[in-house]
Amino acid sequence: MDLPRLETILSRYEGESWDLIPVLQDIQDSYSYLPKDELQVVSERLNVPLTQIYSVATFFKMFSLIPKGKHQIKVCLGTTCHLKGGGRVVESLSHRLGVEVGYTTKDMQFTLETVGCLGSCAQAPVMMVDDKYYGRSTVDKVPKILKLYK
Amino acid sequence: MPKFESIDHLREYRRQLIAKRDPNQSQVLVCAGPGCLPMGSEEVAAAFREEFEKNGLGAKVLLKECGCHGLCAGAVRVLIRPQEITYQQVTPGDVPEIVEKTLKEGQVVERLVYEDLHTHEKAAYKGEIPFFKGQMPIVLRKLDVIDPTSLDDYLAMGGYRGLRKALLEMKPDDIIDAIDKSGLRGRGGGGFPTGRKWRICQDVEDEPKFIICNGDEGDPGAFMDRAVMEGDPHAVLEGMIIGAYAIGASKGYIYVRHEYPLAVSRLQLAIEQARESGFLGKNILRSGFDFDIKISRGAGAFVCGEETALIHSMEGNIGEPSPRPPYPAQSGLFGKPTVINNVETWANVPEIINLGADWYAAIGTEKSKGTKVFSLVGAVNQTGLVEVPMGTTLRQIVYDLGGGIKGDRDFKAVQTGGPSGGCIPAQFLDLPVDYDSLQSVGSIMGSGGMIVMDTTSCMVDVARYFINFLYEESCGKCTPCREGLKNLLFILDEIIHGRGSEEHLALMEELCGTMATASICGLGKSAVNPIRSTMKYFKDEYLAHIRDKKCHALVCRPLLKYTIDPETCTGCLACVRECPVGAISGKKKMAQELDQELCVKCGLCYEACQFEAVKVE
Amino acid sequence: MVWKISDETAFDTLGEEVRLTINGIPIRAPQNQSLLVTARANGFEIPTLCYHRDLPSEGQCRLCVVEIGEHPHTQIVNSCTYPTSPGLVVQTHSEKVMQARRIVLELLLARTPKAKLIQELAAAHGVYESRFKTDDPEELCILCGLCVRTCREVVGVSAISMKGRTPDKQVATPFLEKSPACIGCGSCAFICPTNVIPYTEKNGVRTIWGRDFELQACTVCGNYIEPKYQLEHWAKITGDPVETFFVCKDCR
Ligand SMILES: Cc1cc2nc3c(=O)[nH]c(=O)nc-3n(C[C@H](O)[C@H](O)[C@H](O)COP(=O)(O)O)c2cc1C
Ligand code: SF4
Ligand code: FES
Repeated sequence: MDLPRLETILSRYEGESWDLIPVLQDIQDSYSYLPKDELQVVSERLNVPLTQIYSVATFFKMFSLIPKGKHQIKVCLGTTCHLKGGGRVVESLSHRLGVEVGYTTKDMQFTLETVGCLGSCAQAPVMMVDDKYYGRSTVDKVPKILKLYK
Repeated sequence: MPKFESIDHLREYRRQLIAKRDPNQSQVLVCAGPGCLPMGSEEVAAAFREEFEKNGLGAKVLLKECGCHGLCAGAVRVLIRPQEITYQQVTPGDVPEIVEKTLKEGQVVERLVYEDLHTHEKAAYKGEIPFFKGQMPIVLRKLDVIDPTSLDDYLAMGGYRGLRKALLEMKPDDIIDAIDKSGLRGRGGGGFPTGRKWRICQDVEDEPKFIICNGDEGDPGAFMDRAVMEGDPHAVLEGMIIGAYAIGASKGYIYVRHEYPLAVSRLQLAIEQARESGFLGKNILRSGFDFDIKISRGAGAFVCGEETALIHSMEGNIGEPSPRPPYPAQSGLFGKPTVINNVETWANVPEIINLGADWYAAIGTEKSKGTKVFSLVGAVNQTGLVEVPMGTTLRQIVYDLGGGIKGDRDFKAVQTGGPSGGCIPAQFLDLPVDYDSLQSVGSIMGSGGMIVMDTTSCMVDVARYFINFLYEESCGKCTPCREGLKNLLFILDEIIHGRGSEEHLALMEELCGTMATASICGLGKSAVNPIRSTMKYFKDEYLAHIRDKKCHALVCRPLLKYTIDPETCTGCLACVRECPVGAISGKKKMAQELDQELCVKCGLCYEACQFEAVKVE
Repeated sequence: MVWKISDETAFDTLGEEVRLTINGIPIRAPQNQSLLVTARANGFEIPTLCYHRDLPSEGQCRLCVVEIGEHPHTQIVNSCTYPTSPGLVVQTHSEKVMQARRIVLELLLARTPKAKLIQELAAAHGVYESRFKTDDPEELCILCGLCVRTCREVVGVSAISMKGRTPDKQVATPFLEKSPACIGCGSCAFICPTNVIPYTEKNGVRTIWGRDFELQACTVCGNYIEPKYQLEHWAKITGDPVETFFVCKDCR
């Protein structure tokens, strides 16, 4: 376990039970998943039962109990993107990367996910790699976008 | 930035600020809103910066990366002030020409200006474009003027004047009266009168009280709140500070969904600026009133937009809603009275206080006052953010502002209210849009997503899309929603696979009846709207799927058949590379063949083919 | 096996007496008492699945719904959390209410076709067969959350919780592993209305949630009492030495 890293995260908060979700978000951002041992420590420090942490970790979409890839691809499947072929973008990515939605490539480079709406509907279909948005990312643009991260 | 010691200090500062500013200052505003950012605003702005450097214009021309300009269809948009010349589809390559021609010589770059789709008339100035002419921006007013990271810009536009007035001239009761009189109703979907909500909370004798700004904006197809949080963050803060003063709250939270990282950083910066300048913190503007704001990031759950679920997740729990009463205004965050309002609701507050309740109440319809921001997307020519007075008709929005349907196809429906809303057919295009009229036709205002659909959309597919979305987002707490959505999804899948029957329709109807009444929260209650509205207005499409096993819009895959036309196929193999199951085979430069047995009907080949050799029926 | 706690937990905020009507009959009840308790106290039967008087109600099952208000402005609410208020008009068996209960039961019957309690309740509402889809014919959990609440609120350890969301939600121990917090008291299995939680006792060992608990024998009669962990937990909350609990009730 990487205790110093966890300590840095915990030191940003006051150690109250309602800090749970922000703490988990920081762990997720920093580790790319929620390691079990770390969660045990969080449980003791914030005085939150492990059960509650487990519920939270399995309820919210941004948390993962297994490591995610270096780059996170989020394909928007909001209404507009759905109507404009977002589903096909997902299929094309899934096919090219060789992973199902929700999974990470074997080389740990990419995690493929879908999201409800990225809020850039005017440029549907939209996808996001890490913090960068790509508009009008139709199937034919997918290889170009992927190349930027390979 | 000084720390304002008093209200007079603020007034004096603003006066000097405005005096110092040259109204004819040459400015380039690159839109970095939700529509333009993914199309490369950052690169365009960088190109301007570089070009200014080269031409020594850095000191003369002001460059701002600002909030949404509204007409997202023309991303990336650039606005040149003071002339208000607006360019669209700007790429970094266009920048030298803009600098040379417009900034140096004062001429318009014709090829980058708006062109009417039908008349082909060009319009270079913002005021000439019909999309902007039909609007009445209140909440969006500052978005294409200010730099969202500059408090000075906000102050120069009259920012914090509402707060000043509230603290200087009004008692908390007066503020609530004003909000009440203005007729403002919640913009988050329910349309509950804001003044009444505040009053309930004010009346509860319990301390401390909290204020929450709901920036979860989970409705697919909606990005109004994102645009406001990113483009005018101080307006949200100012509204919250006024609200807090009115109800006596000491602490505020802004709950932002985690898919909006830019909104989080813009709000964070604004909060820091507001603290430094004395708009937040202890003894705000020396009025004796203390209030501070913190940001809470969502963690990816649509249901957390529901107020009780949002509160539970802020407390460190899973986002399961709880039955109301008690309402948050009575017992909310940590069991304390809490006012929770939507981003747009908060952003309206400073304007109402500043310009008066009567001014606001004069806009809109009898029961729905003011303006509403809609994100107009889908099959219209001019997608983007629009702000219109309540009571504007759907036709005005879709045709006058939206410029009609893309490719001159026929309008089929407009979907309002996100997954909780319904699909409104053409017969209601002249409906004035307000809370009550939308409800009367089986939809809701929702947060303001407006998705226009043309004949290429299948309404059974649209219903299935929303039900699937809600199924995945249902918290799973209560029986009707959890089990009901699962079964609705199952039935719709049967229909889409050509296995549906008319009994299925009756069963869905019956199930919807119970989900709408017996679910705990709005998610389950309103999940029936997409089904009911499509079954009511587009029954023939359901029947076509059930009786004829046909999807006339060519959307429902299992009912489709793909073939390759040997005449047109050039054998480029583009489709072969895309096909995930290897159903296409043939020699290079020869017509390909598609194996119907293997085909999973994904349509990737159809999209990949540049020669339209792949046919579908 | 279940801790004895006061019946009053839910009622600490009761107000003055108010008048309301239930099924047309005038009733008096303390303000803010739940409609369910009020109705039952006055002899009106309302079916429930997720309600327990010793636990805070969360309103999961939706079986306890009633109709409030007057035509045409009526509303369906769950009676287990809805408070009484002056002049409230309540219907416990209106057509709307019965229809909601029937559909809820029909949905549950499809979810847990083998659960005895659901079969019986459904039959009592005239539902013998479900038109809805069954995913897993062996499923017994109706996700009422009674076990989770009992463990957390009454036992005070929180060894189990809800995992995930949507119909995939399930009651689980953290990481689906043996729960370190579990004391083996078995309260969850005891309170479960559909008897889903596997629980066995053999040769001085109780097995629950995949964990074996050695049972303490009574130092007087030698009969097994409860798991050692549980007695230690008792000792911790009462402050008494753990040995005081090594004698069974009968021998004390
Ligand atoms: C499933 C569900 C999702 C919701 N999502 C949002 C949302 O994303 N943003 C929002 O402001 N309100 C949302 N609401 C409405 C809130 O519960 C609440 O009514 C609103 O924030 C109150 O603010 P207002 O009165 O200003 O509209 C949602 C409600 C439900 C039932
Ligand atoms: S209606 Fe749906 S989302 Fe709301 S509480 Fe019930 S299960 Fe959860
Ligand atoms: S007993 Fe009220 S909802 Fe279950």
